[in-house]
Amino acid sequence: MATDTLSEIKKTTQEGQGDWMGGKPPMKASYGKLMMWYFLLSDAFTFSGFLIAYGALRMSVPTWPVPDFVFQSFPGGFTGMPLIFVTVMSFVLIISSVTMVRAVQEGKRENKNGVVFWMLMTVIGGIGFLSCQAYEWYNLIAVEHMTLYENPFGSHTVDGVYINDDGSKGEAFKAGQSYLVHKTDGEFHFRKFEITSGENAGEIAYETLGPKAFGALFYCITGFHGFHVLSGVLFLLIIAINAASGLYVKRKNGYEMVEKIGLYWHFVDLVWVFVFLVFYLL
Amino acid sequence: MAHQSYEAQKKAVYKGLVFLAIITLIEVVFSLFGKGHIIWEGAAHSVVVKYVVGLIIIGLSLYKAFFIIFEFMHMSHEKKTLARSVLLPMCLLIWAVIAFLYEGNYWNNSRSYILAKDHEKTERVMPELPVKEDVKQVGHH
Repeated sequence: MATDTLSEIKKTTQEGQGDWMGGKPPMKASYGKLMMWYFLLSDAFTFSGFLIAYGALRMSVPTWPVPDFVFQSFPGGFTGMPLIFVTVMSFVLIISSVTMVRAVQEGKRENKNGVVFWMLMTVIGGIGFLSCQAYEWYNLIAVEHMTLYENPFGSHTVDGVYINDDGSKGEAFKAGQSYLVHKTDGEFHFRKFEITSGENAGEIAYETLGPKAFGALFYCITGFHGFHVLSGVLFLLIIAINAASGLYVKRKNGYEMVEKIGLYWHFVDLVWVFVFLVFYLL
Repeated sequence: MAHQSYEAQKKAVYKGLVFLAIITLIEVVFSLFGKGHIIWEGAAHSVVVKYVVGLIIIGLSLYKAFFIIFEFMHMSHEKKTLARSVLLPMCLLIWAVIAFLYEGNYWNNSRSYILAKDHEKTERVMPELPVKEDVKQVGHH
C-alpha cells in the first residue's frame, strides 16, 4: 500500500505543487496525515499528564480502592463480578478498532460501499462503548454515591469485628479488605467496629471515606477519554456521510480522510489500553 | 503488509483482533489472580505476587500499545523519520513517570510521619477530647 500512496503524492505534486508546495512531501506523508500524527502526540502528552497525576496521588496515600471491589457490577443488578463488565467494554472498543481498519482497507481499494459499511460498524461500536460507560457512571453516581470529592470506597488498615447497632458483634474483617460506605437520605453511614490487631487492639473505631482523589481522577480521566470517543463518533459519522455522498471518490486519494479519522480512532483505543491498565487491572 | 494481497491483509486484521482479545483476557486473569480472586486467595497479601503480576500486566499493555500503533495505525509502513519524530518524544515520559511516582511515595511518607507526630502530641496534651475538637484547639495556638 505504501507504493500506492507514494504514486498518489507524486501525482498531486506534479499537478499543482501539492499540499506541501516544495514538490516533495517531507517524510513522504501528506500534510494532513502528518499533522494528525502530531496532534495525537500532543494528545498523548495530555493523557500522560492525567495518568501520571493519578499515579503520584495513588502513591501518596496508604490505601487505594481495590478495582475488583469498585468495578464488580454488571447490568441487570448483578454484582460480585469483578472486572467482567470493563472487559466487555474493552472488547467493544477493540472490535470497533478492527472495523475501522477494515474501513481504511476498503478505502485503499476505492470501494465506497465497503468504506461506508465498516465506518457505520465502527460508529455502532463507539456508541456501544459510550453506553457501557454511561451505565458504569450511573452505577457509581446514583447507586454507590461517588462524587468528584467524596469517595465511599475505603479499605481497612487493621483487622476487626463490626459492631451492630444493638451492640452485638457482627462479621469479622481483615486488614486490606475493601468496604463501601452506604449513603441513605443524603448521609453516609459509617459502621462501627472493634480493632482486633495491632497496637490499638480493643479500641472502637468507625469506617471512614476512602482516598478523596479517587472520584475526581476517575471521572476526569474516563470522562476525558469518553469525550474523545464521543467526538470520534461524531467525526466518523460526518466522514461516513461525506464518503456516502461520493465526496472522496472525486479526490482519488484512497480515502485519505478515512485513514486520518482511523488514526484518531485507534489512538482512542490506545489510550483505553492504559486507562484500563491503571484503573482496572493494577 | 505492504506487499500482501487484499485477502491476506483482511486475514491479518482478524488475526489481530483475536490476538488483542486474548492478550486482554490474559491481563484480566492475571489481575484477578493478583487480587486473590482466583486460584490462590493468599496472592492478595503477597508482595512478590503484587510486583510480578504488576510487571507482567504492564508489559502486556505496552505490547498491546505497540501492536496497535504498528499494525492498526500502519506506523510500520511510514518512513522511519516519521515514526521516530512521533515516538521518540514519548521517551520523556519514562522519566516523568519515575519522578512522579517517587514524589508520590515521598508525600505518603511525610503524611504518615505527620500523622504519627500529631498523634503523639494530642495524646499527651488532651487525651479526652474527640478527634475533631482536638484539631480545632491545636489550630488556635
